[in-house]
Amino acid sequence: MSSDPILNLAAIPEEILTRVEARGISRRDFIKFCTMTTAALALPVTMVGKVAAAVADARVPVIWVEYQSCSGDSEAFLRANQPTAAELILDLISLEYAEVVMAAAGHQAEAAKKQAMEKYQGKYILVVEGSVPSGADGAYCTIGGESALEGCRKLVKNAAATICVGTCASFGGIPAAAPNPTGALSVMEVVPGAPIVNLPGCPVNAENLTATIVHVLTFGKLPATDGLGRPKFAYGKRIHDNCERRSHFDAGQYAQSFGDPGHRQGHCLYQLGCKGPETFHNCPTIRYNEGTSWPIMSGHGCIGCSEPGFWDTMSPFYRRLPKVPGFGIEDTADKIGIGLAAATAVAFGLHGVASCFRKHDAMEEDKVVKED
Amino acid sequence: MAQRIAVDPITRIEGHLRIEARLDGGKIAEAWSSSTAFRGIETILKGRDPRDAHHFTQRFCGVCTTVHSMASIRAVEDALKIQIPDNARLIRNLIMGIQNVQDHVIHFYHLHALDWVDIVSALKADPAKTAQIAQSISDWPNSSPEYFQQVRDRIAAFAGTGRLGPFQNAYWGHPAYKLPPEVNLIGVAHYLEALEWQKDVIRIHAILGSKNPHPQTFLVGGMAIPVDPDSQNALNADKIALIRKLLRKARAFVEQVYIPDLLAVAPAYLDWAGIGGGTGNYLSYGDFPMDNSPGTGSLFFPRGIIMGKDLANVQPMDEKKISEYVTHSWYSYSKGDNAGLHPYDGETSHKYTGPRPPYEFLDTDGKYSWVKSPRYLDQPMEVGPLARVLVAYGKGVPEVKAAVDFVLGKLGAPASALFSTLGRTAARGVDCLVLAQKNEQWLDQLANNMGRGIYETFNKEKWDPSTWPREAQGFGYHEAPRGALGHWIRIEHGQIANYQAVVPSTWNAGPRDPKGQPGPYEAALVGTPIADPQKPLEILRTIHSFDPCLACAVHVLDGTGTEIVKVRAL
Repeated sequence: MSSDPILNLAAIPEEILTRVEARGISRRDFIKFCTMTTAALALPVTMVGKVAAAVADARVPVIWVEYQSCSGDSEAFLRANQPTAAELILDLISLEYAEVVMAAAGHQAEAAKKQAMEKYQGKYILVVEGSVPSGADGAYCTIGGESALEGCRKLVKNAAATICVGTCASFGGIPAAAPNPTGALSVMEVVPGAPIVNLPGCPVNAENLTATIVHVLTFGKLPATDGLGRPKFAYGKRIHDNCERRSHFDAGQYAQSFGDPGHRQGHCLYQLGCKGPETFHNCPTIRYNEGTSWPIMSGHGCIGCSEPGFWDTMSPFYRRLPKVPGFGIEDTADKIGIGLAAATAVAFGLHGVASCFRKHDAMEEDKVVKED
Repeated sequence: MAQRIAVDPITRIEGHLRIEARLDGGKIAEAWSSSTAFRGIETILKGRDPRDAHHFTQRFCGVCTTVHSMASIRAVEDALKIQIPDNARLIRNLIMGIQNVQDHVIHFYHLHALDWVDIVSALKADPAKTAQIAQSISDWPNSSPEYFQQVRDRIAAFAGTGRLGPFQNAYWGHPAYKLPPEVNLIGVAHYLEALEWQKDVIRIHAILGSKNPHPQTFLVGGMAIPVDPDSQNALNADKIALIRKLLRKARAFVEQVYIPDLLAVAPAYLDWAGIGGGTGNYLSYGDFPMDNSPGTGSLFFPRGIIMGKDLANVQPMDEKKISEYVTHSWYSYSKGDNAGLHPYDGETSHKYTGPRPPYEFLDTDGKYSWVKSPRYLDQPMEVGPLARVLVAYGKGVPEVKAAVDFVLGKLGAPASALFSTLGRTAARGVDCLVLAQKNEQWLDQLANNMGRGIYETFNKEKWDPSTWPREAQGFGYHEAPRGALGHWIRIEHGQIANYQAVVPSTWNAGPRDPKGQPGPYEAALVGTPIADPQKPLEILRTIHSFDPCLACAVHVLDGTGTEIVKVRAL
């Protein structure tokens, strides 16, 4: 037995450890990664061995494409910590195509994509970043002269599974915000019925992406999802229910203005427009950038960025939600997903963006309505 | 014999870029730059709350994340005449500063290096000799023969699997690669180290603004991160200490790895100091206010323009002299497609007239890009670290002058060498070094304010829209990593009536204007030698030297939105 507690924690066969070590991966890092990923997937510690076996020499082929994107999800991937982007690319996956990092360009790049799609047909994981424009016969986004619409259809149909990273690929995101000038679609809308998992968030939290890939490697299937295609392990709970400032909400302690004494003391941001009560995401527990922080922790309310249509339904971002219903922690998005934000969405549909804002020009002064 | 080539996609950039070129006698005779994706974010902004705009505009780009939030809140603050607290100025400087430093390092190692560094050649390197070279150029501790042996073995094991992933199908072995295997191995080792470093140092954005990419802390009137040494929920002594540690880590890497590598790679490519010059006109809005005085006098990087490479004559910049053209862009103007419009009066009706996909070549005699053509007094202008550094150098900013003279001295090159592909890459290093050394001063000032009991980070006087004038307009500037960024907003009845952004890659990547003057990319490519038209590595070198960011560049729409219905009907 090793004196390092980490090394003793998980029962990973020696043979696997020797194999990964031969590839230049530290044994400690590997065990740590498998253990943390198992935890992230909400699996018992007895599953660590299985996770380890799945990732030890899989290097599953991954094709990462970008359409109407800002590359924020690619950048988030570069900030991944467990494992890091370098470990992922060199040791865990075979990244066949990814515009932001790949060395090849032009037709050599496109050839690599085509080759991977054919060689690993039905076996590769497709990662899509950005929405897919349907207007102007697909001319709003072309790569190598081919429309995103056409390219996306082909790649999704030939993939083992598709992971949509970020809110744009998952739900249309910002290009699809009213009035959706380019007819932007989510991948689910482009290829209905395909095996797709959505990892919304603006950007995606890299740790959720890693956990999803490992889930697929370990079990050969996509993780269980809610009605919006989001894995339950990451989107099963409301931000409000896991929020570190929840006790202040319950105690009625609210920041009234940015920088006021309540704000400085970490009081609840509900009055400043926080959308945590309407948003399903694991930000409070895993945070961002190696667990450093997340929006509410650094004093800005949640803007609901992992919810469909949030650019329309959650804005104006600094206007507080009209009331917070008193549902319990056990409720999931499927049961209460059409909450208050959806009522705003209806208003958008009926009256259009401009008229909706006109009604809410002034800050509301009503007292907090809290249902218990 | 003339030959036409297209490189699409240009990879290792943000967004979707296509370059077409006509080759003659082994050189580029003409080039066309086209962006092939469009989202229409300004149309989406119409009618929304101006205080929300920065959340939307931040999503122009996730690579130079933060920059469009900065320009947006400044535009609204300019329109509403809002003065921000000193702490907000300092927090913004810190966020901008580390953004520039981190982004430049990522650009050098992960987006640009593979144009100069041949990974396959690195496998042939002698670790002992590599260590000797590394130790001769820097004190960086990771420089032992064992270290380089380990890196080489790791890459060899990876290559041995036969699955090269993102490194497959590249131009390895191309005759334009000139570095010895040992310098290539140093490049590969630092490619991997920089990948670790960048995610660590950018945690400063998480501390000050919750996360990166897309920090969530900007506010019209200040910043959302509270400051209070007596609270665990605010910026306190602990967090200042952590930021300081990360700033020092950032600076050490720039001083001991990035700059020495730049100086080790450049001598093999000195011919590129005579290639890729381009327009010779440079524009910088300036940035990093050193105090809270109104106006632009206190900007650390000064504002100005340089015409015709005349470094001795830095002229004042007036944003009223900017106009945008759509002669060769997929938009139409009500006054005719040859008109030039100032951003406040900008109009956009997107009108795609290019070939129906899939296509082989664009019709470059007609409209051929989603990027507009901005001009200053009808002249194309290059923006970016080179422009920023040249303006500061011309104006004699001591820190910038010292850094430029140091780099030029090491390379034995005159100042005129800066007007080139290599000069652009070197200037980015200078910009990064100067900011890496400057950042800690802003942290010191912030800590000093806190020590004196100054906690204010947000000015709420004009937060409530009922305090706003019926109509207002404002210009928000920023020197983003990729250069001069401007947002123009018109506010009417508390809502966004018009929003325009003219961003660095619009300036640099734009197509020809009505006079047929090429944009900076197009001009810079002319004369570039191409050894093998099937593997146009040389095009990547010059285009990457600009650090393209196309998602930013393509969005330029005003708020009239009248064409939306037509587009939907397609």
